[in-house]
Amino acid sequence: MATPPTPRPTDSGDPQPVLEAQGIRKQFPGVLALDGVALRLFPGEVHALMGENGAGKSTLIKVLTGVHPADGGTILVDGRPHVFADPLQAQQAGVSTVYQEVNLCPNISVAENVLIGREPRRFGLIHWSAMRQRAAELLTELDLGLDVTSLLGSHSLAVQQLVAIVRAVDVSAKVLVLDEPTSSLDREEVAQLFTLVRRLRDRGVAILFVTHFLDQVFDLCDRVTILRNGRLEGEYPIGELTPVTLVQRMIGGELATLDQLSVRAHEEAAQRATSEPFLQARRLTRTGSVEPYDLDIHAGEVIGLAGLLGSGRTEVARLLFGADSADAGEVSIEGRKVLLRTPRHAIARGIAFCSENRKSEGLVGELTVRENIVLALQAARGWTRPLSRTKQDELARHWIQALDIRPGDPEAQVRHLSGGNQQKVLLARWLLTAPRLLILDEPTRGIDIGAKAEIQKLVARLAGEGTAVLFISAELEEVLRLSHRIAVLRDHRMVATLTNDDTVTPERLLTTIATGADS
Amino acid sequence: MTTQPAKSEAVGGIGRRLAGHRLLWPALILLALLLGNLAFHHDFFSVRVRDGHLYGSLIDILQFGAPLTLVALGMTLVIATRGIDLSVGSTVAIAGALACGHISTAAHPGSVATMLTAVALALGVALVLGLANGFLVSGLGVQPIVATLILMVAGRGVAQLITGGQIVTVTSAPYKMIGGGYWLTFPFAVLLATALVAFTGFVTRRSALGMLIESVGGNPSASRLVGIRAGGLLALVYVFSALCAAVAGLMISSNVSSADGNNAGLWIELDAILAVVVGGTALTGGRFSLGGTVLGALIIQTLSTTVYSLGVPPETTLVFKAFVVIVVCLVQSPVFRAKVLRRRRTTTPRSHTTAGTAPQQQEVRA
Repeated sequence: MATPPTPRPTDSGDPQPVLEAQGIRKQFPGVLALDGVALRLFPGEVHALMGENGAGKSTLIKVLTGVHPADGGTILVDGRPHVFADPLQAQQAGVSTVYQEVNLCPNISVAENVLIGREPRRFGLIHWSAMRQRAAELLTELDLGLDVTSLLGSHSLAVQQLVAIVRAVDVSAKVLVLDEPTSSLDREEVAQLFTLVRRLRDRGVAILFVTHFLDQVFDLCDRVTILRNGRLEGEYPIGELTPVTLVQRMIGGELATLDQLSVRAHEEAAQRATSEPFLQARRLTRTGSVEPYDLDIHAGEVIGLAGLLGSGRTEVARLLFGADSADAGEVSIEGRKVLLRTPRHAIARGIAFCSENRKSEGLVGELTVRENIVLALQAARGWTRPLSRTKQDELARHWIQALDIRPGDPEAQVRHLSGGNQQKVLLARWLLTAPRLLILDEPTRGIDIGAKAEIQKLVARLAGEGTAVLFISAELEEVLRLSHRIAVLRDHRMVATLTNDDTVTPERLLTTIATGADS
Repeated sequence: MTTQPAKSEAVGGIGRRLAGHRLLWPALILLALLLGNLAFHHDFFSVRVRDGHLYGSLIDILQFGAPLTLVALGMTLVIATRGIDLSVGSTVAIAGALACGHISTAAHPGSVATMLTAVALALGVALVLGLANGFLVSGLGVQPIVATLILMVAGRGVAQLITGGQIVTVTSAPYKMIGGGYWLTFPFAVLLATALVAFTGFVTRRSALGMLIESVGGNPSASRLVGIRAGGLLALVYVFSALCAAVAGLMISSNVSSADGNNAGLWIELDAILAVVVGGTALTGGRFSLGGTVLGALIIQTLSTTVYSLGVPPETTLVFKAFVVIVVCLVQSPVFRAKVLRRRRTTTPRSHTTAGTAPQQQEVRA
């Protein structure tokens, strides 16, 4: 176990946490986002806040930094209770945040960005030379050799992030919250950021670090607080965790019961491996989104994409659908090389894609259920060859019944439907185009158990009828149950492709996700 | 969470459906304005036949409202795609200037052939102007307000160049027909506008054009992923808007038998946008209502007529108009209506506010 220079809560000196949250509760209508969550930050430590998508990390940060008021619980700064009505009050109490997207002004100088709102003044006017000097001092203290007169926008995103941190620390130097600071940085930039974070830690700043990258946690952090479903799972010194136990605690322990695939399914899979795939991707890549990957998808096969949120699952799918265009690599469909530059190209070749963002990228909320269902087919035909109203009604009625969409009114606006029913509308839209390859990105997220089971059954049936399915889900159980083969993603890289036989256990999948190596 | 509104909607009866109809408020507002006029002029609703033509205040509203209706018609489709077309006023001026310029220099100004070539010339140039707007917006991705601002400013200059800075007057009976003539006792302009509105309604609702436009305006990223070619649709609506404006320009110049590059169609783009919004099509794009736009244009025109017939002093005309527009917009706004109703029903409006922001926070969390 590493010995971080951190005063431990269990140490005899019993140092006081600089920031302590107890029993934090946050209720959104219909959802209890945080339920009795506690967090302690000690001076001079880097503390990781971990949890799956939707576990409540963002909500907790927003409560701690005054963006949302808490519905219950107390926040203590240096042992004294505080109520933050807005982010400014949090800052004044010593809690600063740097968000994923840099929120500085790229069109003014580095010095102005660092000191904006706190410019040194003389005779009521900005004292420019003093400002430049002060900014340069701050940057030099943290070993950042930047020309403070240069425009912020002329620097890379990573440097901008560093400037944001310098600014945040200068504003209030007690607690620094970093919300996914590394998600848009490359390896070297991450190293640069970590150097800065360590230096701040050594100066006694308490740093709360939120990330999806596991190695970064083990690289940088001293302690970890894990959230699951809005509750506190636990607080651990990093030495007590391994990547696998960390992931296990994030996901929860409900992995034991699994329906195993039948033997026949494996035989089918073995047969398929020799036949020509429907779609073949080779060294397909897009800079900053996913590293080169190979993938074969056969007709009638379900390929699961597993990995943590932010590992590049969605990005893999978007390249295959032409939603993003690839920088390099090639795709063949039935042996013929194709270019998938726009969704239209992919749709014309029988590929369908249900986005994980149902509301923003899937449905048109103002339009009716009927219109949303026929939209893909109508788009393919163009506006001059309309589907007759009779035909539209027929299709809508058929799919409302087939997928049991409720309410069954084809003229209801789709935004008024529940999440599960919206997902079914989205499925219906693509199913009626009879796709050869159906890409489902988190089709069961945020929907109730019943609808979830129906969608899983539907996937199995479609594969049985010869449709190829690319199935993306954060739930390992679901991926294991449905997939013939599973591609594992980690840090934007496809690290393994496993044939889903008896040797693939949740543990093995977890290990692959956590370490990137198939044991 | 989202099942709640769905349920309550299903429960609603016929009265509720009528109350929820999107044309209800514009229609009520128009009716109120007309009745308001009736209170001041008891013959306001009377329509007489004189010399084989229909006469009366209502007919005047229809006739003078026809150009605005057409401009607003084109604007509706543009706004439905989340765009806006500020250049229509300039297109009105250019179309009138071109047509009158052509007629005034032609060998036989009074012949039907001259009138037809003048109309063709105006429509042809409008087509090019519309394509230019469409290219800037869909080809280059320029924001619609900026893209069309270019032509709004430059076009006014072009119109003045065409007329040589003068007011070009023409004497052409066939041309006078477009904006000032009568056919079967009806003003020809009203018939033309009605035909164009009906044609547009037919094309947008019978083909898939309306649905695809609403989809692109309602959710551009979803529309891209569903395979809709938004580029062509965008170009199309800007071309259509320019053509509508050109016809309106012909009507306006025909009615007064002259083209004024400086003042023809001045600020008509703002009236048209207002008509669209009052008619229930949101500036944020998506669902559009051609019927609502027609009602909106008639509301604006009735308002202008009211200002004159009430004898509102000219210097307060704009203030009066603005005041009525504010009232109209407030009555139209569901948020405002909900607020007024809520204040009567409950003493704790706060809980509503938090409920309203919930979906957003959900997404942030997810």
